[in-house]
Amino acid sequence: MNNEGVDMIMVGVAVVATMLVAGSLLTFVRLSRGPGLPDRVVALDLIAMYVAGAIAVYAIATDQPIFILPAITLALVLFVGTVAFAMYVEKRNREGRDEQ
Amino acid sequence: MIRDLLTVLLLFSGGLFSLVAAIGIFRMPDTLTRMQAATKAGTLGVGCMFLSVAIYFDDMGVTVRALLVIAFLFLTAPVAAHMIGRAAYAVGATSVEYNVIDELRDDAEKRHFASRDDDSDPDPPDAGDPPHFHQKTPRPPEDEDKD
Repeated sequence: MNNEGVDMIMVGVAVVATMLVAGSLLTFVRLSRGPGLPDRVVALDLIAMYVAGAIAVYAIATDQPIFILPAITLALVLFVGTVAFAMYVEKRNREGRDEQ
Repeated sequence: MIRDLLTVLLLFSGGLFSLVAAIGIFRMPDTLTRMQAATKAGTLGVGCMFLSVAIYFDDMGVTVRALLVIAFLFLTAPVAAHMIGRAAYAVGATSVEYNVIDELRDDAEKRHFASRDDDSDPDPPDAGDPPHFHQKTPRPPEDEDKD
């Protein structure tokens, strides 16, 4: 019974990892052909979120709870990076407009 | 056993929501709709995954850390989405076709939208289109039957 439970978790981990890979591929398509810079920022944001989810899945798969600490760091860096990107896009637009 | 079941259930729903976010960002027609799909569904999916981590490791420290990740994601994702939405609006990437209400428009006209040094604008913006916005996507003529 215990063995069966471990198997169930391993099957779930495999399925969810496949879902994460499929989602990352779809998001990468949007990242590569997104019409504007905000679309690419959104796609990068979502890919970083997938990485955080993959860390969670990997922590369960390897039974190592220490992997949550990189996820915390990633969430922090993700927020700062996204905000910096958004401010850069806005500011670049403003400067380009002032030159006209 | 029930813990394993709960773990797998939460993990699977997290993967499902993440997949929904990817489909949304792939198929939605507009930057703003793409952004809301990615933000809401992605945050919920990753939150479900970390909740399943918290349940799987039956440990106080791990639970606190996983809840910390969830709290941080839920706090920062709306702020980041708001900033990206503002940037998308300023760039003009929002398609007018899908915008029913544009509440930022009057505000942008009033403050010239984050531009500080053009108070002495020679031509003040009249009731028509704002001068510096939607250069790439001008407002189309009134064709309501578009679906």
